[in-house]
Amino acid sequence: MSRTLLSSVAAIVALASAHGAAAQTEIQWWHAMGGKLGEAVNAMTDEFNKSQSEYKVVPVFKGTYTETLTAAVAAFRAKQGPHIVQVFEVGTANMMAAKGAVYPVYQLMADTKEPFDPKAFLGPVYGYYSTTDGKLLSMPFNSSTPVFYWNKEMFQKAGLDPNTPPKTWKEVGDAAAKLVASGAKCGLTSAWQTWVLLENYGAWHNLPFATLQNGFGGLGTELKFNDEPRIKLISMLADWTKDKRFVYGGREDKPTPLMASGDCGMELTSSGSASTLLASLGPDKLGIGMMPYSPEVRAEPQNSIIGGATLWVLQGHPKEEYKGVAKFLNFVSSPEVAAKWHQTTGYVPITFAAAKLTEESGFYKKNPGRDVAVKELTLNPPTENSKGLRLGNFVQIRDAEDEELEAVWTGKKDAKTALDDAVKRGNELLRKFEAANK
Amino acid sequence: MEKRVTFNERWLPYLLVAPQIVVTLVFFFWPSAQMIWQSTLLEDAFGGNTKFVGFDNFVSLFNDSAYFASARLTITFSFLVAAIGLAVSLLLAVMADRVIRGATIYKTFLVWPYAVAPAVAGVLWGFLFNPSVGTVAWLLHNVGIDFNYVTNGNQALLLIVIAAVWNQVSYNFLFFLAGLQSIPRSLIEAAAIDGAGPSRRFWDIIFPLLSPTGFFLLVVNIIYAFFGTFGVVDALTKGGPAKATEILVFKVYNDGFRGQDLGGSSAQSVILMVVVILLTIVQFRFIERRVHY
Amino acid sequence: MVENRPFLTVLSHLVMILGVVIVAFPVWMTFVASTHDQATMLRAPIPLLPGTHLIENYRQVLTAGYNQGNGGIPILTTLMNSLIMALGVAIGKIAISIIAAFAVVYFRFPLRMVFFWAIFVTLMLPVEVRIVPTYGVVAALGMLNSYAGLIIPIIASATATFLFRQFFLSVPDELTEASRVDGASPMRFFWDILLPMSRTSIAALFVIQFIYGWNQYLWPLLITTKESFYTIVMNVSRQANVADAAPQWNLLMAMAMLAMLPPVLVVIFMQRQFVRGLVETEK
Repeated sequence: MSRTLLSSVAAIVALASAHGAAAQTEIQWWHAMGGKLGEAVNAMTDEFNKSQSEYKVVPVFKGTYTETLTAAVAAFRAKQGPHIVQVFEVGTANMMAAKGAVYPVYQLMADTKEPFDPKAFLGPVYGYYSTTDGKLLSMPFNSSTPVFYWNKEMFQKAGLDPNTPPKTWKEVGDAAAKLVASGAKCGLTSAWQTWVLLENYGAWHNLPFATLQNGFGGLGTELKFNDEPRIKLISMLADWTKDKRFVYGGREDKPTPLMASGDCGMELTSSGSASTLLASLGPDKLGIGMMPYSPEVRAEPQNSIIGGATLWVLQGHPKEEYKGVAKFLNFVSSPEVAAKWHQTTGYVPITFAAAKLTEESGFYKKNPGRDVAVKELTLNPPTENSKGLRLGNFVQIRDAEDEELEAVWTGKKDAKTALDDAVKRGNELLRKFEAANK
Repeated sequence: MEKRVTFNERWLPYLLVAPQIVVTLVFFFWPSAQMIWQSTLLEDAFGGNTKFVGFDNFVSLFNDSAYFASARLTITFSFLVAAIGLAVSLLLAVMADRVIRGATIYKTFLVWPYAVAPAVAGVLWGFLFNPSVGTVAWLLHNVGIDFNYVTNGNQALLLIVIAAVWNQVSYNFLFFLAGLQSIPRSLIEAAAIDGAGPSRRFWDIIFPLLSPTGFFLLVVNIIYAFFGTFGVVDALTKGGPAKATEILVFKVYNDGFRGQDLGGSSAQSVILMVVVILLTIVQFRFIERRVHY
Repeated sequence: MVENRPFLTVLSHLVMILGVVIVAFPVWMTFVASTHDQATMLRAPIPLLPGTHLIENYRQVLTAGYNQGNGGIPILTTLMNSLIMALGVAIGKIAISIIAAFAVVYFRFPLRMVFFWAIFVTLMLPVEVRIVPTYGVVAALGMLNSYAGLIIPIIASATATFLFRQFFLSVPDELTEASRVDGASPMRFFWDILLPMSRTSIAALFVIQFIYGWNQYLWPLLITTKESFYTIVMNVSRQANVADAAPQWNLLMAMAMLAMLPPVLVVIFMQRQFVRGLVETEK
């Protein structure tokens, strides 16, 4: 008898807890973070789910950024969209234009009465994803900025000081020449060439990339990156390709294996590549420093701009579920969580508090160079040239830039013609976007 | 071609075709109709701003040199895949037909690739030719060839052709082999007695008799190259570098989702659909005629 | 052979061996890569012979998944899902298309040719070019995250119907005649005569459709959000293209080997029926 009682009690308890689990509000989060990054995402949501019992965030790895967006678009149109979707930064203007589909973060926070402090975020991180009057549209998540990597062993071999990276583009050229002379297959390479050489070079030297505050000011924006300094930079690099002082290794992060395998002595690429490069070169061989600048263009660098992706909230779910979404976004940007994400992945900390926490934990002492990204982003308060970019059809514009730059590397066009053509093609895409979204 | 002898039933045939017709209507015709409607709209990917623009999407497509570049590329690509694929598999089939010892082992190894998913095949070939760690890239580098499909458009195209051919060669091989084995031995023996050497016999007797199989395979291979290679391109090059491998079926996907231009992408889909239907009709007409003769 | 030409025989063997080597090389390298550790895979040249980490790699992929720790999706689940999907597609397609072909060939009825063409034009258009609307239909029917959603939209294609039609047309009319004289119903004719005769065609189609179902990639990726419905091919491809990180080639290749194995076995074991079935129906 007591046994039946016991088992029925157990059954009731089990039922009750099952019921409790069912009553949890599920929040779907579709993301593009595979591999180690995916593990970090899962650890983050596990922690959130354990921290409270009302909401359960379900992270779903949906493949590449494009596949994630494809899935979200298809699902949203079928009224089955996720609550949160991770979108790359170049999709920002298009996402903004998708009226009725996105739930701006500032509005979400206001509607759900969750605390929210815009000043907590690093300037360039916040600015990239907010309106001109400072309202945040999507939650910064995995942000990175270009940094300069160098191979200390190869520097030593070339007779360069392994502990002092070149500061200016001229010094980079000298180092590249010495590296090549010492037998290196390649002096310098650059990943994400459009982001690094055109967009960030502009911000770093406080040059506009496009009119109307780089597009933040309106849809009528026009590209302006075919200016004197950038033509000079590209034609200099084109000159370097002749003797492998500069080697073009492909679009996006395709060139990074050249650095990882020890072919190249220097690389400009995302701060997010630090973990990959450390894994293959080892901490003793890899140096991380600030991007080089051109003193003749600007006496001191301004600040860099970010890349990466943010979390967009999609419409179409019951009101009470958005409370959980807001809570989760606040959790993601809380100092401890953001600091942990920064330390495990190599993306920049999105808030000042997270950066400070990481600093205090002694992480940067143990991992020299990992603070470079934050330093670059916070070097100076962002100007309208270094806040970010807000361009419609940006994916296609970057494709056009990539194609024109490739024409330079292969000697088909000179730097001026290529950049002029890229601007012309980009402006056509901007006008198309303007027409569609007026 | 029609059966002379048939059954007379009023309702049974409808019942029999019903499952397939229902599935086809629901999952093919209905979505296709929506796609045609979508091709007349200008809208953002999420469907918030929708504007009816008539044939504007088609007009801008036909004014877009990139679209024609992609179409030309698709034709080149399909031609290469079909030509190389057929030539290689015919050679292998003729040789396999000759050898007696070990034929089964050869065959077993040659039919493998057919079973490999295009997406997985793309991953495999990408690994072999990976510019920094790939075995083949390394071997080529050592003989003085810098093979880098990531930066070199022609090499990227070559690589997707190789991967696509590799994926399809088994299928062609099996058909050619079966075709060869169904050629009456007596014909070949008679020619041999008349003094025709192996190559004469091949070109005068075997090749003409194989041509129906060849034509069938040609159509199948072209259709495969047009549409079946999405997985290969997606896993290997994603259409790059510089659109050097952006074949039409990949462009539909790329423009629609990476570029978030659903209207333009739907217009491309509609055109592709017309192409498929035309190709299918050609193939059908041909097969019908062949059965008659 | 017709006459003995040692030179030609040697040449044939050489060509065959060369062909086999080239065709098998990618698979061999995949296997080799799956037997080394991660560090070996990051530096050229990658060894041409297997290493010592075979058991370790496969154990990790099979038990913990591709990612160590909590990020892994159990591979056995994905293999099982792929199997269910492949079998579902193969059997479903054969079932609906053999009866449709039977109707189209053996009956005369109004709208027959309309039905025939309606089925026929779906022959080759891949799902990739009509993703959004197809997804919409599947979602409207509540079939996201279900085996039905994985399988049914994929079986809407005409290949099998067409092959059966071609085969039925080659079946001698005398058999139908005899059956009618005996007073057998159409369905009796179908079960007792046509179906047994179609064995080889069914076998050939089974191979084609099993592989087709197994190899689907974008479709399962889009309509599944629950790990319990993920398939293996989709998993391999996703892990090869990860943002901001290099793939762990050794584990990825172990997974690719597992993804290849079942369809390869199906092809090898059913090779004979496959070829015979295709030749009988197509030619």
